[in-house]
Amino acid sequence: MGESKKELAVAALENGTVIDHIPPSALFKVVNILGITKLDNGITIGNNLDSRRYGKKGIIKVADLFFPEDTLNRIALIAPNAKINVIRDFKIVNKHTVSLPDDIIDIVKCNNPKCITNNEPMKTHFEVIDKENVTIKCHYCERTTNKDDIVIK
Amino acid sequence: MENSSLVSINALTKDEIVSLLEDAKYFEEHPNHRFLAGKVVATLFFEPSTRTRLSFETAVNRLGGRVIGFSDASTTSSSKGESLKDTIKMVSNYVDLIIMRHHLEGAACYAAEVSPVPIINAGDGANQHPSQTLLDLYSIYKTQGRLNNLNITLVGDLKYGRTVHSLIMAMWHFNPTFNFVASEELKMPNEYKEFCEEHGIKYNEVTDFSEDVINNTDIIYMTRVQRERFTDLMEYERVKNLYTLHNAMLENSRENLRILHPLPRVNEISYDVDENPKAYYFNQAKNGLFARQAIICKVLGIKINKEAK
Repeated sequence: MGESKKELAVAALENGTVIDHIPPSALFKVVNILGITKLDNGITIGNNLDSRRYGKKGIIKVADLFFPEDTLNRIALIAPNAKINVIRDFKIVNKHTVSLPDDIIDIVKCNNPKCITNNEPMKTHFEVIDKENVTIKCHYCERTTNKDDIVIK
Repeated sequence: MENSSLVSINALTKDEIVSLLEDAKYFEEHPNHRFLAGKVVATLFFEPSTRTRLSFETAVNRLGGRVIGFSDASTTSSSKGESLKDTIKMVSNYVDLIIMRHHLEGAACYAAEVSPVPIINAGDGANQHPSQTLLDLYSIYKTQGRLNNLNITLVGDLKYGRTVHSLIMAMWHFNPTFNFVASEELKMPNEYKEFCEEHGIKYNEVTDFSEDVINNTDIIYMTRVQRERFTDLMEYERVKNLYTLHNAMLENSRENLRILHPLPRVNEISYDVDENPKAYYFNQAKNGLFARQAIICKVLGIKINKEAK
């Protein structure tokens, strides 16, 4: 696939948000976490695109929507290198990476089958106890989970 | 919802622990009060635990309060599929305080979030049981006259034993030295050893329950090696008698040594130890009453005027 065709497939935004450098395996989870399936806005989703830095990547463009920072940081767990481009009038006015929040609400499933969160209609809540290595601790059953064992709800 | 619930021993500061122990001492000297006159307390035992429930209910009664509740969830609407939240919401309409035990971990923490009245966690699965920890601390404090700089030996099931994990967490304020005595299969999990290292707590880990360990310790905390913890019952049969304390093993132990056990015991303390004045496990259970009186007053914000008595 040529460079020009790829550019064409992912059209430029006049106003909105571009979320770039999403790992391909995490793309549709990101779509769900951000609630993009429920939006009426113009949305372009690309996946398995060539990325110079990561090999393959996913990208999401949402027209006329600027996500709150808290919302965007919800994806940091599964797309730690995601780049946020805020576009106004065809120009990138803000570019930054997502950062892991202190608390992760209702994104991760607790791996402890005897945890109350797996047995009651309720939101899960994890505290990030080690941002560098991504270790999280269930607020309820106090069980810790390492990066590789994290399961998204 | 913010309230003064007691869900986890880790939420208590050193000062709060010390103050609860002083209150427990006061209740031991003066057990009967009217602090809870006109108050109703619910004991919701979604999982049966006769010992803990009777201790809490006695504590409420000795404080002059009344008790409603259940001792087995099979007789309640949670067996019809009612959520914990709904049960807690309903009961909290009636009472001033909820004391609950649940087989699921984190249940008390969640209940404390949805309840407008305080919750006392009387055990949530393998997670927390703060009143047990507090009575253990009180027993240590009472028998040794101090909490600082003690040598404490934990024996038996250190892998799944909730009481020993909580004890480590609570004792870190008081510069203890721990001996972890367990078989390879039931040894102390890494996260607690890491906790010790991070907090400068000295510990030795051994598989042999030897006199060398016994003779240099102030407290022996025995735990039950539970049959249900083993997937391989052959393994259980092999391990179960390795960590049994016999009276003869105590011959050269320290004068101030006391033996604790959360009870019920099966065979990890032989009956010939019972007559030894160093055996303290039955008194330990009694201390639970005073520790629980102290906890109840704390979560309800009742100031104990010790001079007035």
